[in-house]
Amino acid sequence: MAKFTKKKDGGLPPISTASLPDIVFMLLFFFMVVTVLRDDNLLVQNNLPKADQVEKLKKDRSVYIYAGKPSARYQEKYGSEPKIQIGDKYTDLSNLKFALTEARQKLLPELQDKVMVALKVDEKTNTGMVTDIKQQLRDLNMLKIIYITTPGNEVNQ
Amino acid sequence: MARRGTPEVNAGSMADIAFLLLIFFLVTTTIEKDKGIARQLPPIEEIVNPPKIKEKNLFIVNVNRQDQLLVDENLMELKDLRKAAINFLDNGGAPQGSPEYCDYCKGGMPDNPNKHSAKSSDNPDKAVISVQNDRLTSYKMYIAVQNELVAAYNYLRDRESQRLYGWKFTEMTKALDEGNFKGNKDALQDKLEVIQKLFPQKLSEAEPKKSGS
Repeated sequence: MAKFTKKKDGGLPPISTASLPDIVFMLLFFFMVVTVLRDDNLLVQNNLPKADQVEKLKKDRSVYIYAGKPSARYQEKYGSEPKIQIGDKYTDLSNLKFALTEARQKLLPELQDKVMVALKVDEKTNTGMVTDIKQQLRDLNMLKIIYITTPGNEVNQ
Repeated sequence: MARRGTPEVNAGSMADIAFLLLIFFLVTTTIEKDKGIARQLPPIEEIVNPPKIKEKNLFIVNVNRQDQLLVDENLMELKDLRKAAINFLDNGGAPQGSPEYCDYCKGGMPDNPNKHSAKSSDNPDKAVISVQNDRLTSYKMYIAVQNELVAAYNYLRDRESQRLYGWKFTEMTKALDEGNFKGNKDALQDKLEVIQKLFPQKLSEAEPKKSGS
C-alpha cells in the first residue's frame, strides 16, 4: 500500500486552466454579437467595385441580387457567362420577377413596401446586365436600389 | 476522520467545447460591412410632356464600351470628372436680378472664383447630369462614374452646410445613418433638407445604347 502514496513535494503544481473557457466564451460572445448568420451561399464571383461616397445598407429590408461569372467550381457545369443569383440558386432574367417577389415575401410584412434591392455585381460584368435587372425592378415597382461596393476609390489608387 | 473537501470538477474540456462553438460561429457568420451607392429608379409611366431642358443646363456624360469618357463632347479622364461636374453644378450662370439667380454659387473650384459662364448651367436646381453608357461598359467604370458624380454633389453640399451651419453635410448624414447623432433629430433633418434643396441631386440615366458593331 505505502508503495503507491504520492510524493508530496517536488514538481511544479499544475497550471490552472480554469479561466481558459471564460476567455474563449468572451471571444464567442463577441463574435455572436458583431456578426450575422450567412444566409446566401455565393455561386458567382463577386469582386465588388470601389466607391467612397457610400451609404449604409439597412439589412432588415433588403433583398440581395448577385451577378457575375459562376465561381470556378461551377464553371464546368454552367459555363463562364455572367449569371444572376438570388437566394441560393441561379435565376434567369425571365425568372427574375418571380424570384424577387418570393424573396420579398420573406421580409417582415411592414417592411415589404420599403424594400431595398442590394445589387452585388462583379466589377467585370458589363452594364447591360445591370440595366436589364433594373428594368425588371422597375416593372415590379421596387425602385430603391443600392449598388454594394467596397471601400476605396478608382481615381487615386 | 479527516475533513474531505469537495472534489474538483475537471473543467478542461469546457475550453474545447467553447472553442468548438466559437469556430462554428466563425464559419457560419459574416461581419456586416455592406455599404454602397443608393439610387432611386424612375417609375415606369408614360411621360406626356417631357420637360424641356436647355442644352446649357445639361451635363452629358457618355461612357463607351472601351470605358472612355466623353463629357459634353470632350474626351475626359476619370480623375477630371469630379471637378468638371462641380464646375457645372456650381456655375450659376443666370445673371443677377433674374428669378433664377443663384446667390450661393461660387462658380466652381478655387481656380476660377466667381466666374459664372453663360454657357453652363443657370443654377443648381436647373442643372441635370445625364449619364449614358454602352451595354458593354464595364460595371467597374459605371460605378466609378457614379461615385465621382455623387462626390461632386457631396462636395457642394458640404460646402454649403459648412457655411450655413458649421458642419459637414456628409458627416451629419453618416452620423444620422449610424445612429450616433445626439440631439434634435427632426431639426437636423430639416436642415439637411434645406441643403438638399440648394443642390438637388438630379442625375438621370439614359437607356444604354445597344452595341451594334
